[in-house]
Amino acid sequence: MIRSELIQKIAEENPHLFQRDVEKIVNTIFDEIVEAMARGDRVELRGFGAFSVKRRDARVGRNPRTGTSVEVDEKHVPFFKTGKLLRNRLNGEED
Amino acid sequence: MSEKTLTRMDLSEAVFREVGLSRNESAQLVESVLGHISDALVRGETVKISSFGTFSVREKSSRMGRNPKTGEEVPISPRRVLSFRPSHLMKDRVAAGNKG
Repeated sequence: MIRSELIQKIAEENPHLFQRDVEKIVNTIFDEIVEAMARGDRVELRGFGAFSVKRRDARVGRNPRTGTSVEVDEKHVPFFKTGKLLRNRLNGEED
Repeated sequence: MSEKTLTRMDLSEAVFREVGLSRNESAQLVESVLGHISDALVRGETVKISSFGTFSVREKSSRMGRNPKTGEEVPISPRRVLSFRPSHLMKDRVAAGNKG
């Protein structure tokens, strides 16, 4: 499923909404999650999962082609942990 | 870093603010977006949201595990796990926003 198919499904379920509003709704949800993580915040969606930011310490890396070492700065990366309910549903255990 | 935790309520508040539907309807829409993503994943589909990221289901085969407390060996049955791969845009924005 891709973003446009998701929008389509929501639009079909909500015939009273304009397509452009459905697009805005779906985009707002994803944008809000990205913006929260850009601020260093967590987004916890019970049953679905939690988005958080993890810190990766600075390290000395190596260029795999040349073998020369390069300093890699500390950085922050997005992380997602699956919620309990969704994890169970994936394995056929409803509730 | 502020380290706040956002919930469904904050997402529906954003939908309420941006689109101008009622708070109740905004909350229901957030729920149905999460529901459709979950349902697709349960069907085994990959969910690819451009400029956000990709959720995919991976099959893990059975293996022997060990109870770390007792050292006892226990079989771990095959299972399906969800993995999320953030888009470049998300990675860049998270890296830039949390710098220094």
